[in-house]
Amino acid sequence: MTQQTTPPVVEMTGISVEFPPVKALDGVDLHLRPGEIHALMGENGAGKSTLIKALTGIHSPTEGTIRVDGVERRFTGPADARAHGVSTVYQEVNLCGNLTVAENIMLGAEPRRLGGLHWRAMRRQAATHLERMGLSIDPASSLGSHSLAVQQLVAICRATVGDCKVLILDEPTSSLDTDEVAHLFTVMRALRDDGVAILFVSHFLDQVYEVSDRMTVLRNGRLVGEFITADLPTHELVQHMIGRSMDVLEAAEHVVERAGRPAGTTPLLQAVGLGRKGSVQPFDLELYEGEVVGLAGLLGSGRTELARLLTGADRADAGQTRMAGKPARLRTPRAAMDLGIAYTSEDRKGEGVVDGLTVRENIVLGLQARRGWMRPLPRKQVDELVASYIEQLGIRPADPEALLRNLSGGNQQKVLLARWLATAPRLLVLDEPTRGIDVGAKAEIQKLVADLAADGMSVVFISAELEEVLRISHRIAVLRDRRKVAEIDGGGATMDQVVDLIAGGGAA
Amino acid sequence: MTTSAPARAPRALKIPTRLDRRYLPVVGTFVVLALMLVVGGSRYENFVSPAVISNLFINNAHLIVLAVGMTFVILTGGIDLSVGSVLALSTVVTAALLQAGWPPAVVIPLAVGAGTVIGLAHGVMVHYFQVQPFVATLAGMFFARGLCFVIAPESIAIDEASFVSLATWVQIFGGWRMSSGVLIALIVVGAGFLVLHFTRFGRTVYAVGGGEQSALLMGLPVARTKVLAYVVSGTCAGLGGLLFAMYSQSGYSLTGVAMELDAIAAVVIGGTLLTGGTGFVLGSVLGVLVLGLIQTIITFEGTLSSWWTKIVIGVLLLIFVAVQRVLSLRKT
Repeated sequence: MTQQTTPPVVEMTGISVEFPPVKALDGVDLHLRPGEIHALMGENGAGKSTLIKALTGIHSPTEGTIRVDGVERRFTGPADARAHGVSTVYQEVNLCGNLTVAENIMLGAEPRRLGGLHWRAMRRQAATHLERMGLSIDPASSLGSHSLAVQQLVAICRATVGDCKVLILDEPTSSLDTDEVAHLFTVMRALRDDGVAILFVSHFLDQVYEVSDRMTVLRNGRLVGEFITADLPTHELVQHMIGRSMDVLEAAEHVVERAGRPAGTTPLLQAVGLGRKGSVQPFDLELYEGEVVGLAGLLGSGRTELARLLTGADRADAGQTRMAGKPARLRTPRAAMDLGIAYTSEDRKGEGVVDGLTVRENIVLGLQARRGWMRPLPRKQVDELVASYIEQLGIRPADPEALLRNLSGGNQQKVLLARWLATAPRLLVLDEPTRGIDVGAKAEIQKLVADLAADGMSVVFISAELEEVLRISHRIAVLRDRRKVAEIDGGGATMDQVVDLIAGGGAA
Repeated sequence: MTTSAPARAPRALKIPTRLDRRYLPVVGTFVVLALMLVVGGSRYENFVSPAVISNLFINNAHLIVLAVGMTFVILTGGIDLSVGSVLALSTVVTAALLQAGWPPAVVIPLAVGAGTVIGLAHGVMVHYFQVQPFVATLAGMFFARGLCFVIAPESIAIDEASFVSLATWVQIFGGWRMSSGVLIALIVVGAGFLVLHFTRFGRTVYAVGGGEQSALLMGLPVARTKVLAYVVSGTCAGLGGLLFAMYSQSGYSLTGVAMELDAIAAVVIGGTLLTGGTGFVLGSVLGVLVLGLIQTIITFEGTLSSWWTKIVIGVLLLIFVAVQRVLSLRKT
């Protein structure tokens, strides 16, 4: 598998990148060899993206050398890097949904005739590339009509057009389901066997172990080391990444005490036949105080849609809700907030934090909104409140005046949590609170959720990671095809059991 | 190529429907146009006649050219509010220079070029100075209109012999008439179509409208494309002015007030989304024809005030935008 003899196609040596006063990267090395899948590991803020951007010319290193095929290079940008065989596929699909699949693959290297585009040749060439990816879609169809997974593969297709020596995949699997990930890996292995050097960035450790040959681990902008995947046990990798022992993680393993809820209590929120056309089919759900209810299901199974109905983000067109036994109408997010229901969206950037405001402003936003603009919170109270949450949740940097956009994903999520905790909600609905954040922060958030429930809050927890849902939920509602199909006790549930329910008894 | 390519495709594959939904809005506009012809034809004698149809084109040749240019800008996600004023400037420049005795061979490129230069200025402001297209072209609109009055506050008649003979050139086949203006407009439509669909610039226009950031990361020349789109629109406005000067055989500062709104309306009715990325030049031409036909119907009706045209356009515009909204909602 590992070819020690092959010289690296990319050699980055002693790379430093500074955003004064911060040194984002400090003397980092990275070697990519042809015919290898190389994982780049590290927590958020470890410098993974910065390193990729230094390679592709978006950031320019203050120190160090970059050699591609033995020639020293400093690319001027992604287009220049691509011209020299270094292509990048980003986490969000950066293609144009309004154009055809063929155009998305070929534009920039499109075949021409009589000074214009040669559509037929373009479709034909695109079809050849798609076939190589194992995709049988019509190149003339518009890209936007395909699923995210297909779009991701089309993006990879585009990257491999022309002379592609190095392929950088930045979190390509974060929005794919299991089947789609398997397909992607097949494609990656095929490319590897063709001699492409692949740099793979992912937060999913099991995926990294499944597909990578070698890995480079970064921590706080410094190189921890380069390892051969097969020789590095998971717990050692995690220790390398977080620089502390597994205590935190193990603590989270056992956080949930699975005490049965007292019999005869009224549910905090009870939904009967709640549903919305085209969004999620009518379902019943009861949420109790002191309980974490996990929602499990594939992407698009209706997890988020269900959460949005519970929190007034979308208006239900069927069914009723009762809050603590009394009928309640959740017509708007505001109405839900007045009842003590808080919702953090899966779209952290778009529907969550305000990234041009500071940590302090983001935290008090929810509370201030509840009070109205006529009664501003006294500054002293704000400062105390913010300081206490920064301390409680371990928000880094611990600076109330830091702009949100300068925080890592995990810390942004903590700020978002703090905002809602400050309003003292009775029901907290968390949609993918741990997506795209690092292992350490993930464990901290899981722990926090468990603690909140232990203090009597009712929590709805949504995550694409099944183990996470299993680990912290008292009860799990399983969704499939926009329908709630089962509800099981979290204590006794096993992974296989839930997977079977999600898959519909093997039918899907 | 590779033996290990997976045989099974992901589950999410879809077979495209027969009629691509991209063409739906344009087909809708076409249906409306056809309906109007049928209704008009059944209500009035001689409504569907070569003379009426020919006039429809002759009276709207300048608007067709404006709409083609506007389509480029709107496809990139921008807007050009200056085209009415630039059209007026072009008529005034043409008339004033011809009056001063300049030869048409010099005057015509100058009049069109004035539009090109203003378009270039818009493009530079929008892309390099990050000015909102609305504001940049609003400034251009005031600038061009003001310049018209500085050059000539009064209407100037054009009597230069060779220009008049060019303007009055008409080709007749049976009952159909085609003026030089219509010929030029049709050439512009054809060129616009070819450029948008068969050049890298044209496809990049769509890409920019679909997602500027994505286009940039795809390594497409976003800056050049955006600037060029405004240059195209400015040039079309200059050319539209020339056509209008030929049509009216005069140049006047108050020509084309609010004509930019007619152009935008035509583009929107033609199925182009104001958010950019979706639309066709041919749709915009159909949009102009719909607007022109409303006017024709109201003229045939005889008793109605011509202001009813505006009301009908407003209602149609609302309906089209609502239908587009529904279509795009269904897609997600």
